[in-house]
Amino acid sequence: MKSFEFFEPTTLAEASRLFAQEHAQLLAGGTDIIIGMKALTETPQSVISLQKIPGLAGITTEADNSISIGAMAKVREVELSEDIQQHHTALAEGASEIGSIQIRNLATIGGNIAHASPAADTVAGLLVADAQVDIASADGERTVPINELFTGPGQTVLTPGEIITRFRLPSPASGSYYIKHKIREVMDLAFIGVAAAINVDNGTITDARIGLAAVAPTPIRATEAEDLLKGKALTPELLEQAGEAAAAASSPISDLRCSAEHRREMVDVLTRRTLRQASERASG
Amino acid sequence: MAKLPVSLTINGDEHDLLIEPRKTLLAVLRDTIGLTGTKEGCSTGDCGACTVILDGKAVTSCMVLGVTASGKEITTIEGLASDGELHPVQQAFIETGGYQCGFCTPGFIMASKALIDENPDRTEEEFRHALGGNICRCTGYTKILEAVLKAAEEIRTTA
Repeated sequence: MKSFEFFEPTTLAEASRLFAQEHAQLLAGGTDIIIGMKALTETPQSVISLQKIPGLAGITTEADNSISIGAMAKVREVELSEDIQQHHTALAEGASEIGSIQIRNLATIGGNIAHASPAADTVAGLLVADAQVDIASADGERTVPINELFTGPGQTVLTPGEIITRFRLPSPASGSYYIKHKIREVMDLAFIGVAAAINVDNGTITDARIGLAAVAPTPIRATEAEDLLKGKALTPELLEQAGEAAAAASSPISDLRCSAEHRREMVDVLTRRTLRQASERASG
Repeated sequence: MAKLPVSLTINGDEHDLLIEPRKTLLAVLRDTIGLTGTKEGCSTGDCGACTVILDGKAVTSCMVLGVTASGKEITTIEGLASDGELHPVQQAFIETGGYQCGFCTPGFIMASKALIDENPDRTEEEFRHALGGNICRCTGYTKILEAVLKAAEEIRTTA
């Protein structure tokens, strides 16, 4: 690891000012950046820890069941939060899929998202929760919907000095589910991640959201598949159409782990499977 | 690069140190303090050999900068025994032969202790899953799992 200057600011404004400078990196849980610094793929001149800034941690639930997750909340806290397990099951399930318990005790949800890996395990759950991402800088604050945050692999709309502070999840869907397509039980990256969240009223789908990870340059919502579902009952034919529409929305690559053809085919299969499970939870 | 003052509570003892920001907690424990019970395996968070307990949570110490652990409490394998008596998890690993070359053992013991502290009522399958971040290259998993279940049982019945 190369030497760097270490900063531990106690205010967001100070952190933002430091982070706006060249060759600066933020340190949240450290589970990505420290590995990158050891491999010399990351060689920041200054490292700015966020752990001393008050108000960035913690998970709170409001009276209307909307949930606010601090960017510095540990992935393990997200996984074990009863409110998230109950209202945003797909997100809790995604969090539980990251690394090992030792890693989840360090890693933060803000880091998992800011790293902008198309395969991040919390991202599909946040997409189907319609999460709003609060961002702060020395110049002020703004909010970006999670589906507008990513611009490419490792790339976001964040400008120099901007820091993710919080994820706000509006009123929850009645059922959601996440499937990580992988080989190993733990300590694996997703070939594909698929989350679905749906609301069902008397057998009719009133709202449906589908989030896809690792099948496009950024995590995406399968909006055409979602539109097909709304106002209808979840029949096998409709599931098939939704699966095909989701697969059509994907633009996967072939890599060491599997081929683009396999990924596209599995988006179809896993979209049907997550929708079925989310629907069972919504009716249960 | 300038060293920074850091105060670590390790196994109950306070250590005031000057350390380089790029030193991991693992390196501080092993090289600065001389506590070599915590092992360096992959150094990328994949093997669990460097597991220590940081403010009550099991973490891979190769992924923590020493400077960010300042003010926190750290327990390493050296801190488990008290008054010359082994911790039940250590005792169980000996009794079942839950080790072969021994390199992964401190990490497995620290991870297991944290899991049992959190919930000793896990099933065998749940313990197996929860220990997925620890690797034994001798592949002595059967005895390791036996040790963990035995220790959990012991701690459940004496609690």
